[in-house]
Amino acid sequence: MRQHTELDTLVIGGGVVGMAVAYGLARAGERVRLLDEGDDAFRAARGNFGLVWVQGKGLDHPAYARWNMAAARQWPAFARELAERTGIDVELSQIGGLIMCLSDAELAKRAGNLEAVRQQIGGHYPYEVLNRTQLRALSPFVGPEVSGAVFCPLDGHVSPLRLLRALFQGFANLGGELLPGVHVDAIEHRSGEFRVRTGATEHVAGKLVLAAGLGNRALAPLVGLEAPVQPLRGQILVTERVQPFLRHPSLHVRQTGEGVVQLGDSKEDVGLDDGTTLAQLARIADRAIRCFPLLKSVNVVRTWGALRVMSPDGFPIYQASTSCPGAFVVTCHSGVTLASQHAGPLADWIRGGPEPADITGFKAERFHV
Amino acid sequence: MFRPIEPTLARQTVLLQVQGRPITAREGDTLAIALLNAGVVPFRQTPVSGQPRAPLCLMGVCFDCLVEVDGRQNVQSCMVEVSEGMQVRLQSGARRAEDAA
Repeated sequence: MRQHTELDTLVIGGGVVGMAVAYGLARAGERVRLLDEGDDAFRAARGNFGLVWVQGKGLDHPAYARWNMAAARQWPAFARELAERTGIDVELSQIGGLIMCLSDAELAKRAGNLEAVRQQIGGHYPYEVLNRTQLRALSPFVGPEVSGAVFCPLDGHVSPLRLLRALFQGFANLGGELLPGVHVDAIEHRSGEFRVRTGATEHVAGKLVLAAGLGNRALAPLVGLEAPVQPLRGQILVTERVQPFLRHPSLHVRQTGEGVVQLGDSKEDVGLDDGTTLAQLARIADRAIRCFPLLKSVNVVRTWGALRVMSPDGFPIYQASTSCPGAFVVTCHSGVTLASQHAGPLADWIRGGPEPADITGFKAERFHV
Repeated sequence: MFRPIEPTLARQTVLLQVQGRPITAREGDTLAIALLNAGVVPFRQTPVSGQPRAPLCLMGVCFDCLVEVDGRQNVQSCMVEVSEGMQVRLQSGARRAEDAA
């Protein structure tokens, strides 16, 4: 059966990456259909930590540092726009984030990295190194083991689930068509059209965006692209709701708008296993308690594992197919931070605009060495 | 509102304090049962919407019977037995952040 609706673009993958691109395309007036799998798919967008993060990103890669920083700067306007269009508050708080260090050596190393990024991108890169006293003034509940922290005023966090909901709602309000629970069985490029088969249905459009996370690995070669992405597991703990005590998020601990404390930041190469292990959960909890001793008496109510989508060098892959013009692959690890760029400049490029200067280096050819 | 279905069974009584008010309970009862017997409803207000809550499952699953027991917050009252002199406080909203240890 062929779907007769006239479409401009098919997007495969309804995570935060695919949804941001689809939302951006629909906002620009395109007729977009988004194909998404079911809840048995690996869903990084539903298991992540929700940081809008700048500091430390793009070391030795100034183009990425700039692209990522532009995304963070665009976030307040993006959050406002989503709220206006959908009525959904994504709980953006962007008053700066901290990387807490448990030794002077760690603090010196972090500070050195940030200074290196600042030099590499040409000076405009705000951060401060805080000693214990300065840190306690900003975040009064840090524990005695914390030596200091690095503070970046552009860092923040959102509710990743509210973000995903806002993108779904915004996309639908703009006339976007979402098809959940479908699996892509085949893709053909014929006479300038992409024919995507899901079960007995064929979807036809002039453009195709692959944003299927780990699924891109198998899909990209069907349209002359590559996405050599691998899973990297993170585990997360979530506590009962606590009265607000922590305003500034860090890589390991953040408190949500509704009072929940989220703990995380493990990195494990364990294939497609998105489970949890007591050893990692205990390590995460231990570090969190050393940073914030008051967490010792707080109950954990939920834990989970989720799989990051990592390219070999950790940077995004943004590429247009040369053998199948109109096909694009989009994949990255920082789908939340970059959502504002994906809905904006990246979607504009996919619509036929100029390629943003900072992303020209994100082709998969860089992995051919 | 609630009454025991085994009223003839003789048991020792235990005295506890709820919000500073003395309440007698039967030895061996869970705290949730003791509070229901004493007419303490609701047990708490939820952190986000402030809605009233009372026990639903009475078997450790629903987490709706949370109270503060001897300084420990968010304790499932259906999972602890009453004891003499137990100090119980009802909670409204999210737990306090300070260390209760």
